[in-house]
Amino acid sequence: MYGWLWRHLPGPALVRVLLLLVLALAVLAACFEWLFPWLAPYMPFNDTTVGEEGAG
Amino acid sequence: MSSADVSRPALGVPADRRGRAASRRDARPPARRGGVVLGAVGVLGELLITAGVLLLAFLAWQLWWTDVVANDQQAEVVREQGWDRPLAALDDGPQVVTPRYDEPPVAAEPEYLTTFASMRVPRWDGEPTRTITQGTDRPNVLNPLGVGHYEGTAMPGGVGNFSLAAHRTTYGKPFNRIEELVEGDPVVVWTQDTWYVYRVTSSQVVMPSDVEVIAPVPDQPGVEPTERSITLTTCHPMFSARERYVVHGVLDYWAPVSEGVPAELVEAA
Repeated sequence: MYGWLWRHLPGPALVRVLLLLVLALAVLAACFEWLFPWLAPYMPFNDTTVGEEGAG
Repeated sequence: MSSADVSRPALGVPADRRGRAASRRDARPPARRGGVVLGAVGVLGELLITAGVLLLAFLAWQLWWTDVVANDQQAEVVREQGWDRPLAALDDGPQVVTPRYDEPPVAAEPEYLTTFASMRVPRWDGEPTRTITQGTDRPNVLNPLGVGHYEGTAMPGGVGNFSLAAHRTTYGKPFNRIEELVEGDPVVVWTQDTWYVYRVTSSQVVMPSDVEVIAPVPDQPGVEPTERSITLTTCHPMFSARERYVVHGVLDYWAPVSEGVPAELVEAA
């Protein structure tokens, strides 16, 4: 997977390393911005209120 | 069973011979077959490593980044709406209010999502002012704004049970240090015009379904209230939603904001 990515990136090794870094950061940023906030409500450790509706 | 065991090596021999013969003619087919398996295992391994890294990233986001974002956002609300303005009296003398024990002013319940009060707990030294907002759902109130007021419960100073909820971990964790509270500790709440100083009376751990802790008389649903109570609820144990940590208190005194600050905040400063 990553080998395939490495072979298909253009440029010399240094450019490829930088490109990979940028790609990794972009994936991480997308996770922080969209994936994790979407996922968090399904995690079982954030409820703070009493009541059946489970809000909060 | 035994016949199968016997037949296997018999079948294996020609297969082996075929393989050897094939490799003599052309080394590529078996190498490619092994390559496909190895490649699949390699990709699976890379996927697993990626999943592990993403899980670590999720932990970092949940345990650290939500605090950073929520604390920033909550401090911004305090600044924008000027909730720390009454605390200026701390540096001005300080001007200490005269406690009043008569009927306090009680505001009407505001609309959902209205930030109508702020609070500080002197025992939680170093904690910033936290605003109190109407409603207790996570996406709109508790995650971004900190402390929420259970709709339908009493307002600050009111006869009944002024009930609040907040995160104990993550999202700024306003009630992180709730377990430090002991009987007699002040909880200072203020609206635009009035200080309300509550005193902690008890703490308990309950199940999430035990809504009677926020009844007008705590733990006695249906009973007509005569006291001005406060109740803080948060999760327990930390990083779990199995139970709730609950702190009860009663109103000690009130005072107008224009007169200065409560002595309890001076001692804490």
